[in-house]
This record gives sequence, structure tokens and C-alpha cells, in this order.
Amino acid sequence: MTETYTRKSEFLAGAQATIPLIVGAIPFGIIFGTVAVTGGLSPAATIGMSAFVFAGSAQFIASGLYAAAVANPLIILTTFIVNLRHALYSASLAPYMKHLPQRWLLPLGFSLTDETYAVVIQRYTQPDSSPYKHWFHFGSALPMYLNWQLCTLIGIIAGQSINEEQARNLGLDFAMVVTFIGIVVPLIRTHPVLLSVTAAGLCALIFNGLPNQMGLMVAALAGIVAGYVAETQLVLNHQDANIVEETLES
Amino acid sequence: MKEALLILGMMIVTFGVRYPVLALVGRIELPEPVIRALRYVPPAVLTAIIVPPVLLRDGQIALTLDNAYLIGALVAIGVAWRTRNLLWTILLGMGVFLVWRVLTGGL
Repeated sequence: MTETYTRKSEFLAGAQATIPLIVGAIPFGIIFGTVAVTGGLSPAATIGMSAFVFAGSAQFIASGLYAAAVANPLIILTTFIVNLRHALYSASLAPYMKHLPQRWLLPLGFSLTDETYAVVIQRYTQPDSSPYKHWFHFGSALPMYLNWQLCTLIGIIAGQSINEEQARNLGLDFAMVVTFIGIVVPLIRTHPVLLSVTAAGLCALIFNGLPNQMGLMVAALAGIVAGYVAETQLVLNHQDANIVEETLES
Repeated sequence: MKEALLILGMMIVTFGVRYPVLALVGRIELPEPVIRALRYVPPAVLTAIIVPPVLLRDGQIALTLDNAYLIGALVAIGVAWRTRNLLWTILLGMGVFLVWRVLTGGL
């Protein structure tokens, strides 16, 4: 059975795959808009942050720091640290995207977030030879971006009409969790990946108190190192990592 | 003006984190160990993001039955393991989460 891939089919598939994450982002976008303006940021700057920075957790932290009258350089440095994990995403995607011209790399690079990364890395790593995978990526990133702008606007306009507690009552914060579970679990096919996930999870708990999402970065690095070391061990012991997969699934 | 500078600065550092790595890593031949390590980025990072919201309530580990996040996550893991189907994982995980939360009236 051969599949025909077109730009449109890839674009729509990317958008469809991202729907649960877009839904999950809605309350955060609205709340960001609300929190930013009530913290003293002008509506123009608030939408500007969503449009030109496009990074949820960094935006929340920045608006909080701004409200606390922290100086710009410090907020910018914090933003840099909070978004450092995006470099990991870029490095991970780069091999699949290196053939793309700048007019693709620039917008796709600009719009890279946790959610888009989670969705598109799966597509890029699928073994089919579709020449339009970047359209899948675009289909994921564009709706995510537009939704974020829209929700920020709603948040700005609506003021205080929705608070964090009400958003949690709708369970929308759990949408991202369950989507990521659906993505990660099928990846756990070998012992190294299992170890990687365990290490990342443990460290995420241990270092949760670190400021600026550093705990996340530490946990991610721990997971990467654990997986790499475990895989290297397996290879050194002349074992095929895929043999472990069969053991795990039996 | 102060706001405009703030956004400009944030934009530069954010784009500076996302784009150069994407553009350059693709054009340089990465050593094989790096390529092997990069394969662990998706599972490690996504796990790191979702574990705290599921297991922590107010900074404390909440391995209790009234933690709807935990129950929903366990169901989602089970469904994902058996079916490898993202849609079912989301539907059943969200469904159990919402119902559980109503039943326990809690988290």
C-alpha cells in the first residue's frame, strides 16, 4: 500500500495532531493576557510578547517579573534560561530539516515550542519518504501560533473574567499531560528509553523547586545522559538494543 | 519604550535559542555519539514536563487516590501501552480524569 503525501494532506495532518494541544493552550493564553495587563504591561506589549516571543512559560514568568518591577536585562536573561530547552528541540529536529531553505527554517525555528516539538518529532522520525513533512510541521505550528494570539487577545479584553482556578476546573491543563503520555509511552521500546524516562521523571520531581524551569532542563539532560549511557552499555556488551524490546514486551 | 525594549530582548534571546541551532546543526556533520544522544531528547523532555503536574500537589508528592491527575495519567499510560493510539489515550485519559475529579470532589 502506497500513501500519497501532498502538502495539503501533511498540513492538515499536522493541524489535526495538534488539536488537543491547541485546546490545552487556550486557558493559558487567556490567562496570560489577563495576568499581563493586570500586572501593568500594556495591551500592545502583551500581544507583542505573544506575537514576537511566542513562549508560554517564559511569557508568564516575564509578566510576573515585570509586575514586580524587575529590570529588563534580568527579565531577558530569565527568558533565555527558561527557553534553553528549545535548543534541544532544534538540535533534535535539525537533521530532518537541514535540506529546507531559510524561508522554512526561519518561521519553523521561530515558532518552535514544547507542543509543536512533541508533535512534529514523531512525524519526522517516521520512516516514510514524504517530501512534505515540513508542511506537517507548518500545519502544527501555524494554528498553535494563531490560537495563542487569539487567546491572548481574549485574555486582554476579558480582564479578570476567568481565573486559574476556573481553568483548572475545566481540566484543560490535563490535556497536555495526557497528550504527551500518548506520545512518550509508544517510544518506550527499549531498556535505555525506559531508563531515560525514569531518570527524567525522577529528576523532574527532585529539581522541581529550581527557579526558571531549570529543573526541567536538568531533568531533560539527566534523561538524555541516562539513555545514552544505557545504550552505550548495551552496545558494549554486544547486545542489540532491539532484542531488549522483545524482552520488554513479552 | 521600556516595554518595546523588553519584548525585543526577549524575542532575540528566544529566537537565538531556537533558530541558530536548527540552522547550524543541520549543516554540520554531527558526530555519531551526538546523534545517538539526540534520540533521547523527546522521551526525556516530554517526561520531564508532565511528571511534576501529575505527581506533585503544592510541591508535595501526591500518590493518593484522590489525585485525579495521577489516576487519569495511569489510565492514559495503560491505554497508550496497549493501543499505541493517541486519540484513545487522550479520550480515555481525559474522560477518567474528569469523572474521577467529580467523584472525588478533589484535585
